[in-house]
Amino acid sequence: MTSTRGRTLAEKVWDAHTVRRGEGAEPDLLYIDLHLVHEVTSPQAFDGLRLAGRPVRRPDLTIATEDHNVPTVDIELPIADPVSRTQVDTLRRNCEEFGVRLHPMGDAEQGIVHVIGPQLGLTQPGMTVVCGDSHTSTHGAFGAMAFGIGTSEVEHVLATQTLPLRPFRTMAVNIEGTLGESVTAKDIILAVIARIGTGGGQGYVLEYRGSAIESLSMEARMTICNMSIEAGARAGMIAPDETTFAYLKNRPHAPQGADWDAAVAAWRELRTDSDAEFDAEVHLDASELTPFVTWGTNPGQGLPLSGTVPDPERISDESARYSAEKALSYMDLEPGTPLREIAVDTVFLGSCTNGRIEDLRAAAEVLRGHKVAGSVRMLVVPGSMRVRQLAEAEGLHEVFTEAGAEWRQAGCSMCLGMNPDQLKPGERSASTSNRNFEGRQGKGGRTHLVSPLVAAATAVRGTLSSPEDLNQEVK
Amino acid sequence: MEPFTKHTGVGVPLRRSNVDTDQIIPAVYLKRVSRTGFEDGLFAAWRGDEHFVLNQEPYRQGSVLVAGSDFGTGSSREHAVWALMNYGFRVVISSRFADIFRGNAGKQGLLAAECEQSDVELLWKLLENEPGTEVTVDLEAKTVRAKDFVAGFTIDDYTRWRLLEGLDDIALTLRHAGDIDAFEAQRPSWKPVTTPRGSS
Repeated sequence: MTSTRGRTLAEKVWDAHTVRRGEGAEPDLLYIDLHLVHEVTSPQAFDGLRLAGRPVRRPDLTIATEDHNVPTVDIELPIADPVSRTQVDTLRRNCEEFGVRLHPMGDAEQGIVHVIGPQLGLTQPGMTVVCGDSHTSTHGAFGAMAFGIGTSEVEHVLATQTLPLRPFRTMAVNIEGTLGESVTAKDIILAVIARIGTGGGQGYVLEYRGSAIESLSMEARMTICNMSIEAGARAGMIAPDETTFAYLKNRPHAPQGADWDAAVAAWRELRTDSDAEFDAEVHLDASELTPFVTWGTNPGQGLPLSGTVPDPERISDESARYSAEKALSYMDLEPGTPLREIAVDTVFLGSCTNGRIEDLRAAAEVLRGHKVAGSVRMLVVPGSMRVRQLAEAEGLHEVFTEAGAEWRQAGCSMCLGMNPDQLKPGERSASTSNRNFEGRQGKGGRTHLVSPLVAAATAVRGTLSSPEDLNQEVK
Repeated sequence: MEPFTKHTGVGVPLRRSNVDTDQIIPAVYLKRVSRTGFEDGLFAAWRGDEHFVLNQEPYRQGSVLVAGSDFGTGSSREHAVWALMNYGFRVVISSRFADIFRGNAGKQGLLAAECEQSDVELLWKLLENEPGTEVTVDLEAKTVRAKDFVAGFTIDDYTRWRLLEGLDDIALTLRHAGDIDAFEAQRPSWKPVTTPRGSS
């Protein structure tokens, strides 16, 4: 990536972490600043270390939590599912044996791995961050290069604190303009994925830029970067700015005193140079965006809420048509049905995409004074115990429970249904999570991806809705 | 890792694009702490359907999967690779793989061979018209053969070399331990550590 021309943000972070340039076909060796670990993708990696007699090279750059398997009710009891319990117990034993800091179930800092990193101030601009989880792209919101890895790579990072990698290509995603009423970061990213497709970002780091991105909070930026993987991208990034620094200041692991000044000075350099060139560019006008929902079984199959279920017969590309036919059959939807008429039985508010405090505040604001429809169960699962605590301090939990929603403990929960929070066959959800794959939220379950605002309005009306649809309703 | 040079086995046509890792192995099957035993979860939702290709002879014994584009999208779970290998697959052919899946496959010795979509279509027809047709995938020559069908495939040179030699990535990296030490020595002191403040 060295040349005389200017460099993109991604190239700057890459260059600053190159331990060794690969020769010929050989990859570069990239240093990893922060390694996040959870119970599902790590047991086989620790096993590999044990077999080879290798230690964890930098336990002080490694942190673990329990999130994928944990129940969101009765967390003081042992986990009922013995296989889940074994996986959690295995993580505890491994962290003890290898000296890795762990935030177990019930701990004040426990939560979804991608929520706790930023909240502790461990995720900082210009870092390289990895985790055995594809939604590691979340941390790119801070101007970090953050990406998901497989278990063999988890073992590699534990053993060497590095990864052999070929440089990623770069794509600028330019979003200019002002977002309209009830249009959120979730709607932006769903629209981006619908535009470039689930494979459109393959091999790329996406850099989200433009006035619409600059005006977003850190929570909203995390929502956008989180779903970069749903466009097939390796990572998503946003250049750090005053919003980023203000979020980080005084977080538990943020630099302090003179270190803070040195860090901020270095972070200010983390911008794409004006003469840098991206390998690809796309443009979106934020003012044209409206609440966006998915109708199909991949995150690229989405449309504005005001639309209707598409007719596969009118899709010219054969593969896309076949994929749409299969999706509509699985989702049990008829072409031409207005999306607003689709009734759901479950609303899930949570996940590493939309389980942060701002998401809960936004949804609570819509729900305040309303009731969840009798035909709907609504689960509210905070992204972390800190988010839960903060929400309770603000009284948000009372808004949710008074509306008839269930207020749960922190974890990944129904985003992927590894714990008991699952859809039953044939059930349909409006979910603030990131994947509407077949069976993702439970075997035979059907998922519509939505923003927290749409989730809350949908819970009240029982059909896919935006907050504006509630205005006519009697409080 | 076992070296991979050439493999011959029954080809399995999977006429689907966007086969995400939740389809390859649903989350409820990810709870084992070993690298084995994941074959039960492979394509779990689809295997309930008697018409699914892996429920039919002779595809049931297949070891070369021929899938649609964007294979392995979604989650980073390496369990998807383990499930395919535990079942008996040695090769997956597709016109496009998700990045993380391709990386995981390369680490485990599952060959992810990228072919032109037109070649995938020809293979599908061949394998459907003549069930049980064996496919030979030659990593040295980067070719796929089945009866009269011959096509090239692409794979990055480094992964190909590692697969041919059966080399362990970690051992390769540890040859450069001195470079890692030198890099660590010049990292800025304000970079965060995970150890709680106040502890050593």
